[in-house]
Amino acid sequence: MWDYTDQVKDHFLNPRNVGELEGANAIGETGSLNCGDALKLYLKVNENERIMDATFMTFGCASAVASSSALTEIIKGMTLDEAAKITNDDISDYLGGLPKAKMHCSVMGQSALKKAIANYRGVQILEKPGELVCECFEVTDLEIIEAVKANGLETTEDVTDYLKAGGGCGQCLDRIEEVIESVRAKG
Amino acid sequence: MKIVYTDNNATTKVADEVIEEMLPYLGELYGNPSSMHTFGDKVNKKLKQARLRVAGLINADPGEIIFTSCGTESDNAAIYSAINAYPEKKHIITSRVEHPAINNLYQHLQGEKGYDVTFVPVDKKGLLDLDLLYDSMSDNTAIVSIMWANNETGVIFPIEEIFKKANEKGILFHTDAVQATGKIPIDVKKTKVDMLSFSGHKIHAPKGIGVLYVKKGFKFSSFLVGGHQEEGRRGGTENTASIIGLGKACELAKENLPVMNTKVRELRDYLQARLLEKIPGSSVNGALDARLPNTLSIGFDAVEGESILLLLDREGICASSGSACTSGSLDPSHVLMAMEVPFKSAHGSIRFSLSHYNTKEEMDHIVSTLVPAIQKLRDMSPFWKDGEMI
Repeated sequence: MWDYTDQVKDHFLNPRNVGELEGANAIGETGSLNCGDALKLYLKVNENERIMDATFMTFGCASAVASSSALTEIIKGMTLDEAAKITNDDISDYLGGLPKAKMHCSVMGQSALKKAIANYRGVQILEKPGELVCECFEVTDLEIIEAVKANGLETTEDVTDYLKAGGGCGQCLDRIEEVIESVRAKG
Repeated sequence: MKIVYTDNNATTKVADEVIEEMLPYLGELYGNPSSMHTFGDKVNKKLKQARLRVAGLINADPGEIIFTSCGTESDNAAIYSAINAYPEKKHIITSRVEHPAINNLYQHLQGEKGYDVTFVPVDKKGLLDLDLLYDSMSDNTAIVSIMWANNETGVIFPIEEIFKKANEKGILFHTDAVQATGKIPIDVKKTKVDMLSFSGHKIHAPKGIGVLYVKKGFKFSSFLVGGHQEEGRRGGTENTASIIGLGKACELAKENLPVMNTKVRELRDYLQARLLEKIPGSSVNGALDARLPNTLSIGFDAVEGESILLLLDREGICASSGSACTSGSLDPSHVLMAMEVPFKSAHGSIRFSLSHYNTKEEMDHIVSTLVPAIQKLRDMSPFWKDGEMI
């Protein structure tokens, strides 16, 4: 059984800000049914780009629900510029930490938030830059490099825990190893 | 909080009668059964009785029973013994839905030992592609090993028929009967498999004791090389108390076989009918008419298994899921994926596995807990709206 913190349990059992948000003017969606978790984030942003309200709909495990709930609590009242700085670690810290194998749930929160902000600003998130490494979960080499650098990841298992990459069919595991090596080589 | 235990395919409660039978051998009767004194021989005599009882459950001769430490050891011993007996044969046939205890062994043999392994697929009901299985058999096949019943769905495979085909071609046949034993009748005089594995802790004996049945005449080679125990087929001082406990458990399992196929089956069917009736967007995984009487694998659309389990856990209900998130991997169970269960319900599949200790009140408790739990999760699922999948 996962060693969830009391905060994770609380946000799973009593999630804050669940449901569609009437009058939302920014929506960010990430994940899919096939992946096993998905998050749809709704924001109501005022003319000063301040987040007046935030809600979510999530399909996933306890830490996915808790991460979504925490995210909405964190960003309410922030400006979009402030919210744009929120990272997956902020979400995880808010919950007192997540098991390593569940870090991708907090990454999902960060990703939905980025998409919602882009959606509000009318910026289209173009096709991801970089080379596609993991086809199952659509993860590129640039995303892996960023995660490896930011979180000091060392093994393919670490990368899977954070980004899910390599956790499906597993065919890209060698490629992930190469990407980790390349980061290491460059120091 | 009262525990409602419906995870018996994972492990079972040790029966009170089994504990009672074991206690003297954990206490004052600690002698080594191999010793040349009456004190040790007392234990030896009790072991003989246990061996008879274990053999009796599957209608084997006592000399065909080898005690091991677990089902995994039995499986490993069987497969290694087969490939040692036929070192020139480099092909193995198994199914895509075997337990990791044996599946990972095949991955190892395939990857590092150069074996060609045929993983026979299953259809949407979890039934084997028998034509492919039979067509794969060749002079190069060292062993065919197919589980008797699947641990996740409870689907039962036609072991007698598969054994006959293998036997006609002179190929060894092993079955992992860990889930089938004690739930459906097994008679190795009728279904003359060469080797069969089962485990104590799935039939109300303690953990740490397994059985490998090896048909008389097969040139078995030891997996654990050591002393003369088990007639030189498995080294290591006997786990006396557990073997004695397993003997009692096998005796009880034989007595309980009719109960398993009446009372337990009725409880399972009752639970299944109530859940299908009360929860829209739910579906049973596996062939309804070829299942173990105690197993129900049921998928709920648009929700995820770990979340369901944690909500059940709050009410003391123990079950398990084929969901990725409970295991640390990211794909749903290899069994449900092999059956091509759609993702919409595969991630939200829960396995209830009953025993004769369960009651109708417990089934009602599961239903009254699960109905609002699924509703709560669907209320926050982006894939569910107004009573249906979107």
